[in-house]
Amino acid sequence: MLALLILVTGLVYPLAVTAIGRVAFPHQAGGSLIRVDGQVVGSELIGQAFDDPRYFWGRPSATTPLPYNAAASAGSNLGPSNDALTLAVQTRVDALHAANASVGVDNSAPVPVDLVTASGSGLDPHISPAAAEWQVARVARARNLSEGQVRSLVAQNTQDRQLGFLGEPRVNVLELNMALDALQ
Amino acid sequence: MTVNGILQIAIYLIVLLLLVKPLGGYMARVYQGERTALGRALGPIERLTYRLIGVNPEQEMGWKTYAVAVLVFSVFGMLFLYALQRLQGILPLNPEGLGDVSADSALNTAISFVSNTNWQGYGGETTMSYLTQMLGMTVQNFASAAAGMAILIAFIRGLVRHSTSTVGNFWVDLTRSVLYILLPLALVVAVMLVGLGVVQSFSPYQTATLVQPTVDATGNQVTEQTLAIGPAASQIAIKQLGTNGGGFFNTNSAHPFENPTPLTNFLEMLSILLIPAALCYTFGKMVNDTRQGWALLAAMLIMLVVFGVAAYAAEGAGNPRLTALGIDQAATNLLPGGNMEGKELRFGIPNSALWATITTAASNGSVNSMHDSFTPLGGLVPLVMMQFGEVVFGGVGSGLYGMLAFVIVAVFVAGLMVGRTPEYLGKKIESYEIKMAALLILIMPVTVLGLTALAVVTGPGKASVFNPGPHGFSEVLYGFTSMGNNNGSAFTGLGANTPFYNLFGALAMLIARFWLIVPTLALAGSLVRKKRVPTTAGTLPTHTPLFIGWLIVIVLIVGALNFLPALALGPIVEHLGL
Amino acid sequence: MMQRAVADSFRKLNPRWMVRNPVMFVVEVGSLLTTALWIQALLGPGEAPAGFIGTVSLWLWFTVLFANFSEALAEGRGKAQAEALRRTRKETQARKLRQPHRDAAFDMVLSSALHQGDVFLVEGGDTIPADGEVIQGIASVDESAVTGESAPVIRESGGDRSAVTGGTRLLSDWLIIRVTANPGEGFLDRMISLIEGAKRQKTPNEIALNILLAAFTIIFLVVCMTLLPYSIYAVEAAGQGTPVTITVLIALLVCLIPTTIGGLLSAIGIAGMDRMIQRNVIAMSGRAVEAAGDVDVLLLDKTGTITLGNRQAVEFVPVRSVDVRDLAEAAQLASLADETPEGRSIVVLAKEQFGLRGRTVGAGDDMHDGMHFVPFTAQTRISGVDLNGTSIRKGAPDTMTALIQNAGNVIPPELRTSVDAIARTGGTPLVVTRNGAALGVIHLKDIVKGGINERFAHLRKMGIKTVMITGDNPLTAAAIAAEAGVDDFLAQATPEAKLKLIREYQAGGRLVAMTGDGTNDAPALAQADVAVAMNTGTQPAREAANMIDLDSNPTKLIEIVEIGKQLLMTRGSLTTFSISNDVAKYFAIIPAAFVSVYPALGALNFMHLATPQSAILSAVIFNALVIIALIPLALRGVPYRAVGAAQLLRDNLLIYGFGGLIAPFIGIKVIDMILVALNLA
Repeated sequence: MLALLILVTGLVYPLAVTAIGRVAFPHQAGGSLIRVDGQVVGSELIGQAFDDPRYFWGRPSATTPLPYNAAASAGSNLGPSNDALTLAVQTRVDALHAANASVGVDNSAPVPVDLVTASGSGLDPHISPAAAEWQVARVARARNLSEGQVRSLVAQNTQDRQLGFLGEPRVNVLELNMALDALQ
Repeated sequence: MTVNGILQIAIYLIVLLLLVKPLGGYMARVYQGERTALGRALGPIERLTYRLIGVNPEQEMGWKTYAVAVLVFSVFGMLFLYALQRLQGILPLNPEGLGDVSADSALNTAISFVSNTNWQGYGGETTMSYLTQMLGMTVQNFASAAAGMAILIAFIRGLVRHSTSTVGNFWVDLTRSVLYILLPLALVVAVMLVGLGVVQSFSPYQTATLVQPTVDATGNQVTEQTLAIGPAASQIAIKQLGTNGGGFFNTNSAHPFENPTPLTNFLEMLSILLIPAALCYTFGKMVNDTRQGWALLAAMLIMLVVFGVAAYAAEGAGNPRLTALGIDQAATNLLPGGNMEGKELRFGIPNSALWATITTAASNGSVNSMHDSFTPLGGLVPLVMMQFGEVVFGGVGSGLYGMLAFVIVAVFVAGLMVGRTPEYLGKKIESYEIKMAALLILIMPVTVLGLTALAVVTGPGKASVFNPGPHGFSEVLYGFTSMGNNNGSAFTGLGANTPFYNLFGALAMLIARFWLIVPTLALAGSLVRKKRVPTTAGTLPTHTPLFIGWLIVIVLIVGALNFLPALALGPIVEHLGL
Repeated sequence: MMQRAVADSFRKLNPRWMVRNPVMFVVEVGSLLTTALWIQALLGPGEAPAGFIGTVSLWLWFTVLFANFSEALAEGRGKAQAEALRRTRKETQARKLRQPHRDAAFDMVLSSALHQGDVFLVEGGDTIPADGEVIQGIASVDESAVTGESAPVIRESGGDRSAVTGGTRLLSDWLIIRVTANPGEGFLDRMISLIEGAKRQKTPNEIALNILLAAFTIIFLVVCMTLLPYSIYAVEAAGQGTPVTITVLIALLVCLIPTTIGGLLSAIGIAGMDRMIQRNVIAMSGRAVEAAGDVDVLLLDKTGTITLGNRQAVEFVPVRSVDVRDLAEAAQLASLADETPEGRSIVVLAKEQFGLRGRTVGAGDDMHDGMHFVPFTAQTRISGVDLNGTSIRKGAPDTMTALIQNAGNVIPPELRTSVDAIARTGGTPLVVTRNGAALGVIHLKDIVKGGINERFAHLRKMGIKTVMITGDNPLTAAAIAAEAGVDDFLAQATPEAKLKLIREYQAGGRLVAMTGDGTNDAPALAQADVAVAMNTGTQPAREAANMIDLDSNPTKLIEIVEIGKQLLMTRGSLTTFSISNDVAKYFAIIPAAFVSVYPALGALNFMHLATPQSAILSAVIFNALVIIALIPLALRGVPYRAVGAAQLLRDNLLIYGFGGLIAPFIGIKVIDMILVALNLA
């Protein structure tokens, strides 16, 4: 019985799904990869680390040894009462303000929560529109673009709720940054 | 809490309820051997299976034979999975060249998957080869789910039949569960998931060139990102449908390759509760009184909604310590707000809180956000959902038979209160039934509380604790609650991949699954022998709102009373001190 | 009685006795442990102030004692009754006959020397020395010692009134009796031991409930035991406070385990038997009392239970040519000497309807005013009167038809119509003739007891089916069944048919109760789940039954069912009460136990109990006092009302579930305030 089950559910079933996937959805099945000139530069679904003031920053990532390590996903697991969490958040807030200062921008608006809290997977490709808006001035100044130009790029890379009600409106950071780079 | 958040929860529940009757009715026909469309197509395969394994499908089993069959089947599954992990280094389909899994971790994992717990002490993408994931995890996802469903069906037969001694044939129930229910559903869900972006590939991990190169701790330039992929969709479909929960990747359904969009999230959440909810209807159908099934479903649903909304409220309120730092945690159309630590932006607060509730209500245990980083009360909800004994939907099959143990206790006390020897569905509840039901209810808290106590006073137990203060206690309590209820979710800060947690966790999972299967089947064996008492006006009705309320109270009281002191020292005091 | 109950409560502290009740045994062990801790605190550094430990310990002992007291009190009531019975049980001299006839030689022996099969003689004024069966003679017996009923009863050989009970007194005449029970095994002996509860065995539901309570106890034991390591960890994690003390853990444990129901459980069982006894029903086992609550079919004898013992005349139906007054007068005349209740009722009906003053005439005066009365005989099946050459007769239609035809008269067609019509409605027709010519028919009817219809409706609401058992033909039976409102009937019942009916119901999963008194009822009584024998019944019937009704009142069955239900309801309700109490106790004890480690937990103390010590003490004291407070309820039983199961559940949940949730909050707060007022906090 077990052998039969291994054969059917362990081999036939995953192979069948793979075959259907390869034929019907080759892009999705392979990891929704973004290729530039045939070279893989990332995945639509996986974020990358950004800490340059010229780029939009994504969610903080708790993966090791480096943030956004897509070979070893991880969350921070910091509890709400853990002082390490408050400390980390304060450090991130300071870094965001320091990046602003480095290009001469002063943004006193409260920092949106997603920009200073680590995502669950450590690979979250999205930030909220509010978090993008908080960074618009900095990116625009760093790249010598008008805030309007940057804002419209943000808008182009913003997805609304799926089917109008599912999930949250979100901005794909990697795609937005690639669009920024493509602009120049 | 936002209107859109409530709307998402409401739509989820409505879609789930709409699917209950068609699937539940179909499953009842499958188990009763009636004609179905799939039955005609797959009938030859079913008959071939019986011929290959040498089973006469007409031959019925008594409860003891049935229990032995379950145990033998599970032991062989366990041995196979253990061997597979220990030997994966020399086996094919291991493009990343991952080494053999350590003995204690392999033992824990083998028991974990065979017991439908799917607790993961390991990180999937860094530990398990494709072959192990397929032949080991995926197979046990089917097998353990099907075994749970088979046991439930045997139990239902105990209630339906009378004055006889057999409860069905395990091999037939197992085969039908896989062939007609789990496999077709998994295939459909898996293909949908692939279409929506979940990876399904046998290629090695991909390498991407970073848009912004970075520097590692040693000062070396890093320009590449390794993207772990694999045959994930096929496993994820069954891990949700079979309330297994073991993820392909370390962060489970928070990982964008396992759960890339809000829509896949919706589909996966639906898959988690689909079969447990529909089985309530199957139950009603098989006992010839669908009201009984709806009543159980209503009891489960009420608890789910109350606790789900509570979790949503707690998470939506955010972390007061971050508010003190001037962080914007208010939910708007541009910002999900709330406690976002450990959560994915695309899901936001409502989907994370709802998932946490249903994955622990059902004994699924997959996560789309990190429960360890939940607010104290938000984290209390999944903890409590498990501590009810995984009966609010619970595991496929196991949840409902667990709930029926509570029904027996509820019927017993209520029956006394109306002045009659209690009976459920015409079967008298006597001291043997109470003994078994008491065992079913008793074993879990004793295991969970006992092992937690052991962990918090021993060096190896305390060494794995990650967060300080009461939250650290919550981590240990959550870990053993999860394993002791075959859930599998975790406060993942707890470094559980140590010999201490691997071994004692394995013990908890073994007890939770197999020590409970035996009393359950014994109960079926005792009930099936009884005469059926006709219903009269003096019979306590078990489908009324009053009884539903009473059942909820019994589940709440037994759960809350057992764990209240422990909860007071964990999440409750953490909340009060935040 | 109180004094003895108090003394018994201490006697019951013996662990060998306590271990029968796992819940209270745990409390006793806890009491012992806290006493040891108290002594330790007195002698040296204890884990808490000796005063505190001592007070907790004292109240834990009270908890055990209160529980024992409830049991002793319940037993005490039975014991008092048993003592009264025992007084009648004194040694007497008996005339043991060598041959079983009146004039045989006899030996004087002590009653305790009489064994089964011995034959003895009793005469007027003697006390019957042993249980037995009358084999010769007829006599009136005073059974008040057993039944409390002062009117003497007739005992005679043969038939259904042949059983005599040792300890009862012969008033007149003589009886020769064969002994049916060995010394110490007689009816009275068994009754005494039953009432005393000496041989009380746990009933099935009680066993099941005990298992459930034991499971709760084990869970709470683990909850409390694991709290020690948890609190040690908490102290390490918080870096302040002290781990919870053993005393507090034991206090918490005792408060959490279901002591209320555990302590009162056995008193409830004894009180249930006792309530039967108060209604003059002796239950042979607790199991029978419990089964009574489960009964869903009642087999009731028609005569005496559903209808008054006798038929009554309700109507005169004349033939066409006869005036109804004429018929009434003739019928009255024919019945003047008829002493049977039927005959009396004819006289009365004629008087009431037509003002006819029937002269009272004794049966013995067969010549009176030229009247010659013809008594009823089994041969003729006709009775009547000859008066100045006129002969009036009444009798059953078939014999009267023959009489009319023999006299050469025709039978008027309307006579037959009336006879059939009466029979169809369940009545008995009596044809009346004058000089061999038909005058008309008297309608005799079974009179259904007043209010019986409502009782059956109640039973139906309780989910109990009533079946009437009668020897009547199906037509008559159906009519009476419809009038009385029973659900079903068994007509032309024979003992075999009765037995078969019971088996059929039982095969369908039903529990059957019946009453019986005759020897031919014995097989059916033995088969029924609840079998009530009339005390006036035969020895075989009393042996086969599992209850004996000393009043010999067949309607008692309904009360017996209610008592059975009450017994279960009391257990269920107090279990619910006991468990719902725990919520409040947690809120009292948890903050108190851990506030030194986590001051934030003080927020859970929303009852604002004064100090941690007063909080714990209040909970423990409440827990002990509630046992005392509920003793009256345990002894009296939760009142039963004949409503559907759903409504009963709702009402009891509201009272005992919700009440059980609220009451301790109030109780604990009040006790805490008292402790503060007394400066004990």
